[in-house]
Amino acid sequence: MSPTQWDLPPELCCRPMAFVALTGLDVVYNAIHRAIWDAFCANRRADRVPISFKVLPGDHEYPKCRTKRTSYEWYIPKGILKTGWMNKHLNLVPALVVLFYELDWDEPQWKEKQSECATKVEIVRTSLQGRNTKVAVVLIQKKTPLPPGEDVVASERAAALCNACDLSGKSLFVLPHTDHLVGYIIRLENAFYEHAQTYYYTEIRRVKSHKEFLNKTTHQLLFVRHQFKIAFFSELKQDTQNALKYYRTAYTLVHELRAHETNMLEIKTMAGFINYKICRLCFQHNTPLDAIAQFRKHIDLCKKKIGSAELAFEHTAWMSKQFQSFGDLFDEAIKLGLTAIQTQNPGFYYQQGAYYAQERKQQAAHLCGHEPSVGYPAPDPLETPTGALDFYGQRAWRQGHQSIDPPDPEKEKNGILALQVKEREVPHSELIIALLSNAVAQFKKYKCPRMKSHLMVQMGEEYYHAKDYTKALKLLDYVMCDYRTERWWTLLTSILGTALKCSYLMAQVKDYLTYAMELVGRASTLRDDQKSRIEKNLIKVLMNEVPEAEPDCDASAVKAAHSLWSDRVALAGSNAFTIEVQHYVPFIQCKAKFLSPSFHVDNPVELHVYLRADCPHPVRFSKLCVSLSNQEYNQYCVVEGPGLEPSAQENMCLIPGKTRKYAFKFVAQTEDVGKKIEITGVDLMLGNESGRCVFLNWRGGGGDAASTHEALQATRSFKRRGRLPEQHVAWETVSIQASTMIISRVPRMSVQLHHEPPALNNEIYCMKVTIQSQEDALVRDVKLTAGLKPGQDANLTQTTHVTLTSSEMSEDSHPALLPDISVGDLQPGQRVEKPLYIRCLSTGSRIFLFHVAYAVTTTVENKEILCKCHKDETVTIETVIPFEVAVKFVSTKFEHLDRVYVDIPFLLMTDILSASPWPVHLISSQLQLAPTMAALDQPQSQVERVVLETGECASECFSLRCPPILNGTSSVASGQYVISWKRKSTCEDVPVVHTVVNLPHVLVETIPLYVHAELPSFGRVRESLPVKYHIHNRTSLVQDVEMSVEPSDAFMFSGLKQVRLRILPGAEQEMLYNFYPLMAGYQSLPSLNINLLRFPGVSSQLLRRCLPSRIFVKPQGRQDEASIAAA
Amino acid sequence: MAVCIAVIAKENYPLYIRSVPTENELKFHYTVHTSLDVVEEKISAVGKALVDQRELYLGLLYPTEDYKVYGYVTNSKVKFVIVVDSSNTSLRDNEIRSMFRKLHNSFTDVMCNPFYNPGDTIQSKAFDTMVSAMMVQT
Repeated sequence: MSPTQWDLPPELCCRPMAFVALTGLDVVYNAIHRAIWDAFCANRRADRVPISFKVLPGDHEYPKCRTKRTSYEWYIPKGILKTGWMNKHLNLVPALVVLFYELDWDEPQWKEKQSECATKVEIVRTSLQGRNTKVAVVLIQKKTPLPPGEDVVASERAAALCNACDLSGKSLFVLPHTDHLVGYIIRLENAFYEHAQTYYYTEIRRVKSHKEFLNKTTHQLLFVRHQFKIAFFSELKQDTQNALKYYRTAYTLVHELRAHETNMLEIKTMAGFINYKICRLCFQHNTPLDAIAQFRKHIDLCKKKIGSAELAFEHTAWMSKQFQSFGDLFDEAIKLGLTAIQTQNPGFYYQQGAYYAQERKQQAAHLCGHEPSVGYPAPDPLETPTGALDFYGQRAWRQGHQSIDPPDPEKEKNGILALQVKEREVPHSELIIALLSNAVAQFKKYKCPRMKSHLMVQMGEEYYHAKDYTKALKLLDYVMCDYRTERWWTLLTSILGTALKCSYLMAQVKDYLTYAMELVGRASTLRDDQKSRIEKNLIKVLMNEVPEAEPDCDASAVKAAHSLWSDRVALAGSNAFTIEVQHYVPFIQCKAKFLSPSFHVDNPVELHVYLRADCPHPVRFSKLCVSLSNQEYNQYCVVEGPGLEPSAQENMCLIPGKTRKYAFKFVAQTEDVGKKIEITGVDLMLGNESGRCVFLNWRGGGGDAASTHEALQATRSFKRRGRLPEQHVAWETVSIQASTMIISRVPRMSVQLHHEPPALNNEIYCMKVTIQSQEDALVRDVKLTAGLKPGQDANLTQTTHVTLTSSEMSEDSHPALLPDISVGDLQPGQRVEKPLYIRCLSTGSRIFLFHVAYAVTTTVENKEILCKCHKDETVTIETVIPFEVAVKFVSTKFEHLDRVYVDIPFLLMTDILSASPWPVHLISSQLQLAPTMAALDQPQSQVERVVLETGECASECFSLRCPPILNGTSSVASGQYVISWKRKSTCEDVPVVHTVVNLPHVLVETIPLYVHAELPSFGRVRESLPVKYHIHNRTSLVQDVEMSVEPSDAFMFSGLKQVRLRILPGAEQEMLYNFYPLMAGYQSLPSLNINLLRFPGVSSQLLRRCLPSRIFVKPQGRQDEASIAAA
Repeated sequence: MAVCIAVIAKENYPLYIRSVPTENELKFHYTVHTSLDVVEEKISAVGKALVDQRELYLGLLYPTEDYKVYGYVTNSKVKFVIVVDSSNTSLRDNEIRSMFRKLHNSFTDVMCNPFYNPGDTIQSKAFDTMVSAMMVQT
């Protein structure tokens, strides 16, 4: 877009930099000069000083300086700021002119060169007459200079040159043309920068000095001008803090100016400029809130300053530009690192800019609606002698004019007319759309999806106004869906209205139909008369006729559209459309349901389709068809109107607000048993094939963009419709059921199980399965699958065996499940019994499955079908242990032993405790001894043919002995105990179960000396009690034994109290004592101490364990009792 | 006083919108709808930064040139939006708060009506009267 008068001038928007002119450089033909210039221009990054350089010829003419005014007394300013002023100081008047001159200190022709240089300096000085611009000289030298002070010739000649050129020493520089060019250049430009600073400082002082001559009545404009200039020079000096301060003063002053219609534009223009500068500097100083506050203030102050009513569009154009440029500034600051937030981002400013651009467009339409005969006035009042204005914001036909009334009303009229005519040519829509799309981009960034949609709607509408209907539709289509899902029907209706107009004007039949269908539907908030009009148009299109024009359309566009429509109508073919309606809210609603979530294969599948129209007038459709996942069934689900009979006619007409039901019925195929039948879509054909037809397609079982929510609300609703007459269904109560399962026929077969739970661990558990047919016909191919139900713990599969015959069971590894045991055919009422043997190797509960499958022929709806049926029966069986076996070792005196002694006999006792709820029949038991054990005699089972009831216990006792072992003490295996048993109640043919019990290990000890006492079981007080101790030497050595008996309070005794004797290998020594009990009760016997002299390690403690330590002493009885005892 | 008062359901569809002057209805619908962006953002911020959860008043949502839009969200995430003319400087934060409180009370009454189905548009006369009293009288 070419710059318009509202765009800010580029010199205002750029960053002001000190202007330094370089002369004496021949950058075209001289390579050295070229290199120098390149070093100045290239790589001007942020760390270099901000200077704008320009190469000018030595005799360049700089702008002439006007003679300084000595008094302001009679001076009346003509405007606020000249249009050329900023550019002049940025690009034309340098702060410093640098003269480059090639001269070495040892130049032979020094004098001549010196005077030539002085002349060049003089030429520059002359053309800068009256300016404060500094002049500096740079000598380009071939040699590297010596350090200062060492080269006497150089310092002499430098002083002479300064003198000749009338330069201060600070303004003379040397640039050796050597390797370090860039380094020298950077040092040079820093020096230049200092000179420039000084120059702008003096300029600021100069402008400030004018102030005392000004008076408040006539020089108000100058106050603004001077403040602006000071601020601008401060910026050039890179003193942005002060610049901001002066701009702020200027801004206050500009609003203090007397504003009237003639100078309003000038004031606003300047206020806009200064505001721009302030905001820009605020963002630069990283105080964005100040910038925003300033901008708000600016808008508040200027909003009402409309100026001439006939040029109101100028105000809105200006306002729009203010917002836009602030938005640009804001966006630029964000790019440089500022963070914006959702509620404060550039988007709002672009949006407001767009809003004013829209206002401008309306005002322009209103104010510039001249007759076409009114042409552009001649001579052109906007023409100026220079082609540009002298002052910013003034009128071309009365430049410099500052009084309240326009000087020439005729000229004024022409001028306004010229502006209005020009405004007509402005591409308003383009401006609006550009601003809106800027705003859209911003709002997208700051998470405002709804704001973005709103702006896109505005863009779409603007495209519509700009007659770019394709783009308009694209945008509107894009956002429509958001409004639909959020259920903002008012907004959706408004958008649809615009979209309908667009599609009408482009004669897009399908779009037109889609929008019209939604607009007459229930989501639309249009009035009934409007809906009625649209529906009539809709019907016209379906009849292949041209619809009526939409209201409020441009007349010429309507004409074009009409001819387009006529072409469409005439065109044959391509007049069938399919509209996928589930994303819209169309005017016909559809719900389809299977009457049940599952159907048995011997029952017909029933399906209902409900339709309802929401439009104001009845609609007629020509075909309704349902598509199912198995397309074989589609043929049964069609309503087609061939006929003219009134009942069919009525059937296919939808009355607004009434629910109509269409019922379908079909027989499912037997192959579909176990499968799901789904409604993939419902198609409704409107119109007819000869004219134009439209298929409304609902995917699945109907429903559209709004129906889910409606269904939810209906379930919440308290309303319970009263009983409706037959055929009338409350729409809300219908729910979609888009799929159904075809399941197998109900089996008529009984499966009974006979068994006695729980099962006992390891036993062969017998189950009898009785299958009886209850079918009316012959049942074929009966198959039984029995066993552990799959899907349980994997260990159970390992520990469960199932067979059909009990004898097989002895072998291992039978399957856990027997599949497809053929039973054959069954006549009606016939029964079959199958025994089944199960062996559970672990306890716990198991689920067993008995599955009977068969085939039977049956008739549905006069069709004969072969049905496969099956009956499942499951049973949970607990497995428990039949009995517990406890084993213990006791001495021959039935004393508990925790160890046994080599060669000394002991007893092994087993207890079998029944835990089974059923009686257990013990067939026999057997002891299988390990080699480390020996039986004393031939052990025989003592529990043979014993029956144990619950809780009863059977015990056995075996006399055993341990053969000698190698070392002193060791743990040895005892062997196994095998119990053969079966359940008492089971049939005879069930084999016996052998349960093996591992006997515990036992500690065996070798002892050198075996001592045992021979004493009666009890004593009596004051009666002699003979005790004989046997001492047996088990070693192959002669043993020296020391024996002693310790006295006891409870006994007197006779016998050897202390003796030392010798026992030969294998020999036995007997010691006899006579104890005489003194007290009754359990008494400790006098303890026998034995000391082996050869085995000091064998303590008497060990030996004493073999001996009884106490005895029960009965009190002295009466005489007769004694006689009885004696008898 | 308000120029537009709206009640928005939890799912962000309008339950009630009333505005003056009536001919600018569509514009207010858009204003209310776009303000939901800010409401959503504020609600999600509450969850994050553990702002006082009992504070239902969301404050000024965003200023436009002509209107100020205020928001309020109930504990069941029903939103109230009040649009006020920018030139109306007499309304302070406190007054807006009390308007919202009144609105909330009246809305609670509507919800307590056993014949009202939550989620349906509000058609209560009492609510209408209360809203009318808060609107700019034209």
